[in-house]
Amino acid sequence: MTILQIVEIVVGVAMIVFGILAINTKKLINSVIFLSVISMLAVVSFMLMRAPDVAITEAVIGSGLVTAIFVFTLYTTKKAGEKI
Amino acid sequence: MKQVVSILLVLAVGFFIFSALYFPNQGDSAFDSYGEVDLDERVSSSFIDKNVTGENDEVVFGESANLEDGSANYVTSVIVNYRSFDTLGEVTVLFISAFGVGLLLSGRRKKQAFAHQPNFILKYGARLVFGIMVIFGVYMFSHGHLAPGGGFPGGAIIAAALLLLYLADNDFRAKMKAFKVTEGIAGSIYVILGLLAIVIGGYFLMNFLPTGIVGTIFSAGLIPIIYVLIGLKVGSEIAGIVDSFLTVEVEK
Repeated sequence: MTILQIVEIVVGVAMIVFGILAINTKKLINSVIFLSVISMLAVVSFMLMRAPDVAITEAVIGSGLVTAIFVFTLYTTKKAGEKI
Repeated sequence: MKQVVSILLVLAVGFFIFSALYFPNQGDSAFDSYGEVDLDERVSSSFIDKNVTGENDEVVFGESANLEDGSANYVTSVIVNYRSFDTLGEVTVLFISAFGVGLLLSGRRKKQAFAHQPNFILKYGARLVFGIMVIFGVYMFSHGHLAPGGGFPGGAIIAAALLLLYLADNDFRAKMKAFKVTEGIAGSIYVILGLLAIVIGGYFLMNFLPTGIVGTIFSAGLIPIIYVLIGLKVGSEIAGIVDSFLTVEVEK
């Protein structure tokens, strides 16, 4: 077993753990942050599988834009709820 | 209870994936075991050797000239040349989702006021980083045929640069009309190039321009042109979505 395979298994197990944390956490904002962490680990995993094109796209969209849009949607809905 | 069920589900799915990929095959399985595939039997080897229409010699970086597809990055040569019609469909899916967001969040809108007031350094530092990010995005989609990257991540990087300006400046609001015009023109030119290829070569979206030496910047015929169009289209679409999400409707 080479060192790359060990890193691959560690990254995969960490992704599963963060996925379960994202489901179980109480605050929605923490859930969004855990999803962003899963995307970052997926980038590492794609690089280990030698797919740099997919890794670049995942880094930009998965952990950048989608997280920002989730956070701002949460922010907006919370503000509208407070008025009522 | 919920945790136990979810962990059991993950273990079951993991067992099936591992047993399909890594254990030796018993009889007729759906997959060959990992690392034992004969690539010469697969269609992908003719995409890599660039000999779908005929026999080629070995492709050498920086020497081979006038191949049927001159892209050095063969992911790009599959996405934009051999399977370009799929990419047109993909761009259409993204257009429909941007159209749906625009339809739901339409009307007169103003910038959402954040709780924090950005200070001087954040405001002007973001403008500096904005320029660098836009240049990196343009590099990404103009060098898609040479290096990893391409139109989709390039456009997304440009949209992320715009998101940065939205976050760092409370008064900033992009001119959305220009983005919509850019998106429409880029999408139309993509389809027009495809129709032009029917007239010249006989197939939709055929690579009808001459391809130069593999590895130089003017090397892949139609691929850089189409990737620049896709980059502009994706960038303006995602910028439109970001603008819709970061504004609120004006109350009458």
